[in-house]
Amino acid sequence: MKLNDEEKAMLAGEAGSVAKTAMEHQIKVGRFFKAEDFVPVTQAHVMADTESLGQAGVMWLEKLADAGEGGVRIPTITDPRGTDFEKASLLGQADWMLELERRAIEAFIRLGVSMTDTCINYQTVLAATRGEHVAFGDTGVVIYSNSVGGARSNFEGGPSALSAGLTGRTPRYGYHLDSHRQATLRIRTDWTPRSLDDWGALGGIVGRLSNNYWQVPLVEGLEAAPTSDELKHFGAAMASFGSTALFHLLGITPEAPRLADVGGDKLAVTHRIGESDVIALKQSYRVDPSIDVVVFSAPQLSIFELRDLAKLCNGKNFKRPLLAVTSPQVKPDCDRFGYTKVIEEAGGTVLSGMCFYQSYAREMSETKGWKRLATNSAKLVNILGGYGYVPMLASMHACVQAAEMGELQ
Amino acid sequence: MSTTQYQSRHAMGRRVIGQTLVAHDGFSARYDLNRLQGVFSRPAHKLVGQSYVDKILVLDTAKGGVATAWMLHEMRSRNMVPSAIVFNTVNTILAQGAALGDVSMLAGFDVDITAQIPHGAMVEVDPDTFTIRVLDPSEYPAEGQGAADTRKVHGPR
Repeated sequence: MKLNDEEKAMLAGEAGSVAKTAMEHQIKVGRFFKAEDFVPVTQAHVMADTESLGQAGVMWLEKLADAGEGGVRIPTITDPRGTDFEKASLLGQADWMLELERRAIEAFIRLGVSMTDTCINYQTVLAATRGEHVAFGDTGVVIYSNSVGGARSNFEGGPSALSAGLTGRTPRYGYHLDSHRQATLRIRTDWTPRSLDDWGALGGIVGRLSNNYWQVPLVEGLEAAPTSDELKHFGAAMASFGSTALFHLLGITPEAPRLADVGGDKLAVTHRIGESDVIALKQSYRVDPSIDVVVFSAPQLSIFELRDLAKLCNGKNFKRPLLAVTSPQVKPDCDRFGYTKVIEEAGGTVLSGMCFYQSYAREMSETKGWKRLATNSAKLVNILGGYGYVPMLASMHACVQAAEMGELQ
Repeated sequence: MSTTQYQSRHAMGRRVIGQTLVAHDGFSARYDLNRLQGVFSRPAHKLVGQSYVDKILVLDTAKGGVATAWMLHEMRSRNMVPSAIVFNTVNTILAQGAALGDVSMLAGFDVDITAQIPHGAMVEVDPDTFTIRVLDPSEYPAEGQGAADTRKVHGPR
């Protein structure tokens, strides 16, 4: 890789041991992907729940922080943590998990990282703009920022996103390059979803068809522009099922006003998706009507989702736990507007700053006896199978009804 | 010496020798593994129930979220990690995770590598030459010799 004078100095340790460590990591990755040089980035977003980090990851962070060298050079924020400290006992989380979280948070703060604890920073903190190079973690954040915002980011795992924060740059490969942003797969949908779970299911199907990080699906046939929440579920599921980092919606997303703008005129439509495909995906998860827990998470809920949820919870009395997870930025409004009160009076719980699957999901299942789980998040059902859950995908309305009845109708 | 050898476009890490687990499936440490037990745990995964510890995984593509970037490092710290991962197609997360976790990696072949490498075969992964090679029985390492190539490199268990 070509390095400029500043980068050479960082690699030589002239900017301290932390910047050197970060630069060495970035060069290793950059060489693997044959990056020619670095590109400056304006923001970094670090995924670092302690279930993923473990003791080893926390010690790695602490070692960087212990150097006392000043930390990040650009605005650097965090993905959800592994708990909501105020509700940890309700989740059955052990003291050692909370202690590990506290250590990670303390190390991040010493490194100058802003603990936003959100996977919807594009709705709540500062959305990246078209052409802006960023280093974002959380696949849902990356696919939304790339596709809806027109920003430029690869999936940056925690170590790489933090390295970008520490050096102010990232290797220039993948979705930082024009050549990777053209469509590679053309898909027509004959049906436009109406609920968030259907948007997620459609995204999951597109993700499965795409099937790898380097495919860029172009989707046409939608009847109207989706909302931010609809695109959030659509993109998060696509990224989860397919490891997809960028999609184009013809006539809707900023880089695809016309077919030719993303090379779609050179591609034949190879797949058609209809309502029956979405129903089939949802049905594939519906194996047991009984449920142990209802979860709304992945991604964290916006204030409008919480508003809809509160309306559905009003006057209900739940037989099963219902968890609604949002960001620390949204939670105060949720409280202020009375949504938290309505949801919790029905027997639900509003959690803040965490995400269900990033919060020791396997241990929660074992401690709380939660196995059969209903959710409106296609991303969550795709993830939780590996954690021993039987996740089922249904509308927000059906999930609330399931919390009330103990069964998914 | 075996001539059954395949060239990748991307490579990282140290030369390792080991036994393969092969599947035309995706891979994510978060989605597919029980990392405490060291086995594939996702019911739909073709390798479900099989131990990945010290194995060379030959898989189709990297899947899912960003957690694997930390998890390979955490798995390495407990000596519960594959010794190498070989993909038809890799994503950025798996490469970043391999860089931090010191896991050898090859990716990008002109053939479907999962159809070429037999499940359970002894192979050599050599990132310096960008190659994976199926070994003759005469080349198998003596007991304990291969383990030196997959030694623990990080912190406490």
